[in-house]
Amino acid sequence: MTAPPALELLDVHKRFGSVQALHGADFSLMGGEVHALLGENGAGKTTLMHVAYGLVRPDRGEIRTGGVVRRVHSPRDARALGIGMVHQHFTAVPALSVAENVALAAGWPVAPGPLGRRVRALCERVGLPLEPDERAGRLGVALKQRLEIVKALAADARVLLLDEPTAVLAPAEVADLLRMVRHFTEGGGAAVLITHKLAEARAWADRITVLRRGEVVLRGTPQRLDTADLAAAMLGADPAPRAPAGTAGALIEDSASPVLVQLQGLEVPRESGHGIALRADSLEVRAGEIVGLAAVEGNGQRELLRAVAGRLRALRGRLEVAAPVGFIPEDRSTEGLIPELSLTENVALGSGPGDPWVRGRRLDWARARAYTSDLLARYGVVAPGPDAPAAVLSGGNQQRLVLARELARRPAVVVAENPTRGLDLRAAADIHDRLRRAAADGAAVLFHSGDLDETLALANRVVVVTRGRLLEAPAGTSRAEVGALMLAVV
Amino acid sequence: MAVAAVLLGLLALAVGLRLAGYDAGAALAALWRGSFGGWYAITSATLVRAVPLTVIGLGIALAFRAGAFNIGAEGQFYAGAIAATWIGLRVATLPPPLAVAATTAGAAVAGALWVGLPVLLRLRYGVTEVISTLVLNFVAEALVSLMVQGPLQEAQGIYPQSDMIAPAARLPLLPGTRLHAGLPIALVGAVGLWYLFTRTLWGFRLRAVGAGPRAARISGRIDAERVAAAALLGSGAIAGLAGGIEVTGVSYALFQNLSPGYGFTAIAVALLARLHPRGVVAAGVLFGALEAGAGAMQRDAGVPAVAVYLVEAVVILVAILAARGHRGGAEELA
Repeated sequence: MTAPPALELLDVHKRFGSVQALHGADFSLMGGEVHALLGENGAGKTTLMHVAYGLVRPDRGEIRTGGVVRRVHSPRDARALGIGMVHQHFTAVPALSVAENVALAAGWPVAPGPLGRRVRALCERVGLPLEPDERAGRLGVALKQRLEIVKALAADARVLLLDEPTAVLAPAEVADLLRMVRHFTEGGGAAVLITHKLAEARAWADRITVLRRGEVVLRGTPQRLDTADLAAAMLGADPAPRAPAGTAGALIEDSASPVLVQLQGLEVPRESGHGIALRADSLEVRAGEIVGLAAVEGNGQRELLRAVAGRLRALRGRLEVAAPVGFIPEDRSTEGLIPELSLTENVALGSGPGDPWVRGRRLDWARARAYTSDLLARYGVVAPGPDAPAAVLSGGNQQRLVLARELARRPAVVVAENPTRGLDLRAAADIHDRLRRAAADGAAVLFHSGDLDETLALANRVVVVTRGRLLEAPAGTSRAEVGALMLAVV
Repeated sequence: MAVAAVLLGLLALAVGLRLAGYDAGAALAALWRGSFGGWYAITSATLVRAVPLTVIGLGIALAFRAGAFNIGAEGQFYAGAIAATWIGLRVATLPPPLAVAATTAGAAVAGALWVGLPVLLRLRYGVTEVISTLVLNFVAEALVSLMVQGPLQEAQGIYPQSDMIAPAARLPLLPGTRLHAGLPIALVGAVGLWYLFTRTLWGFRLRAVGAGPRAARISGRIDAERVAAAALLGSGAIAGLAGGIEVTGVSYALFQNLSPGYGFTAIAVALLARLHPRGVVAAGVLFGALEAGAGAMQRDAGVPAVAVYLVEAVVILVAILAARGHRGGAEELA
């Protein structure tokens, strides 16, 4: 008889507002294994692991460790069961030393001498050398990551949940990190590796589970699953005979239309300011076109969109964008809108000379208010009125408002980041409709969606962004081929 | 809400005094007499203290509304007072309106300059203004001490204070009282700030930067850092002006402890008013009354003046709790 799994999650359901993040997901982790959890952005990988770590309370479902049903209502419960988590974002306190950070995470007493020795001993035992007295804020990215792992292991974790630990690392550092994880599991621990990189999962995991839209769609070992299987599972099998890329709209390359976005040899830094996110050879978007960027999170598409929208400065290269530009940022509540301001104020947010309610240095709020009322009606925003704070609107209506604000200015170029993220079907269809109409009226539309199906459905031309490079997907490229380009399988 | 908060504060004071063995009735009566108990108390005690609290409070509201936390109003007030004294001693020959204008304008410039270093540090190195403005308060107090024992010391060189400024540089008084023209200046300032916030493009951008800095930046038309820097400079200028008003309207001279912590109390005034100009005036008068009444309480009932901080503390706590409840409600709606 085999030992029970180190960690089991059974029939886990979780709903956030209108989004079903997990829909009956099952997952099991055996002692001594590295288990890759694959999926696109928004597939529910992180949510599932947050359930195991007590950060998210599931609507339904069961958590077991060692075959016994457990209550995990907080990270404290999880740590008591020997579960440690390394989050996608660093959680160390920069002003404290390495040793102090470990003590903080593990609940150890802080006495300089003994603590330093204790942390040094821990680092040696788990094979992750660190200097205990170094300030955490001075560590490089790879060492910061290492500190996060040491913190997770300090409380004698036997199960380690790693949320995209390789996203920020250089290739050599990735190999180092994964060797350390391997060392941990060979000592009897078990690790979950959340990732969306197929090659990494195949190279390092003993088993692979693929999540898609909150459900487990594939399970197996790297020996039995090739990259094509995994890519198909991650992105979803071609459902029905779907229109291939580049034919979604009737409008195929019309060389008579003016070019409204043109770039050449463009290099854009990461938003964080460190390193280059994008090296784009060339891209043109003409009036009437809807160009979709197909990309897995973190490949430079965000930086490309923000550079085109004029919200991020390129390092070098040529970029010509017709004005005005309408920009629909990804995060409605912190970048698209200011929740505590009224709808009228939100509509007036980017105003300046030229808007009818701006008279020199004064604002004519009565006019802005009338304009807003008109927008609410025209764009079907369900709201108590133009004076209501934006916070009271549902996500879909907030997004309609952002779209209304940006499109009503009749922009020459529309740039949209994940314009339907988190929205229900009706709101999403509405947003698509608006973007199509903007293109039909002569705007050049450039957008990205984390959902490949959406990108293919909305775009009449698809450009793949992978590792900061642009690859045009010629008209007629199949969904599977686009997926392969995105994941750099070919 | 505000009335309930004040009553609750007074109740806490009464209970506290009773527990400490004082005659609570007599103390509260003295508090009233010293603040609203007559024409002289209202004008010469309460309103004289309300003026600096209101003016500084308006400046703090300006900065806080932009999301820039100017904790250095006390220092900027002193910078303004130093400048006003220096100028006020040299304008004896000017016609009075001009002398007053030069003195108070100089004070405002000095206040802006005093916050200039924190602004530079924030723009160039991202240093948070909370710390840098706070630290400069101590520097300003030390500078006052240096001035009144050095360059600005009175002619005889005995007392640590300056000579009296020229009569031409003094603000006109309301006859029979100590109330000076700083009051209309404060009221005009409140209307001006209200106009800025609600009617102008710049004021709207400032509020947007404070309420949602990322969204303001992403909108493409707003340079959030510049807006915050301008708000800080304006805030410093206003606090400096308050220092100038204090010298030209009340003290006529510079000395240490010219301010009984106006720059700090004004933060409470601005927050209690939820950063609304009209509320700043009301809260300024309320806190001016409490400070005025505290003196009477000490004189007439033997209760230490600091006991009045109990009222201020309760009022602020109630206001904070009420604001939290308010915000919680908004989140539930979302």
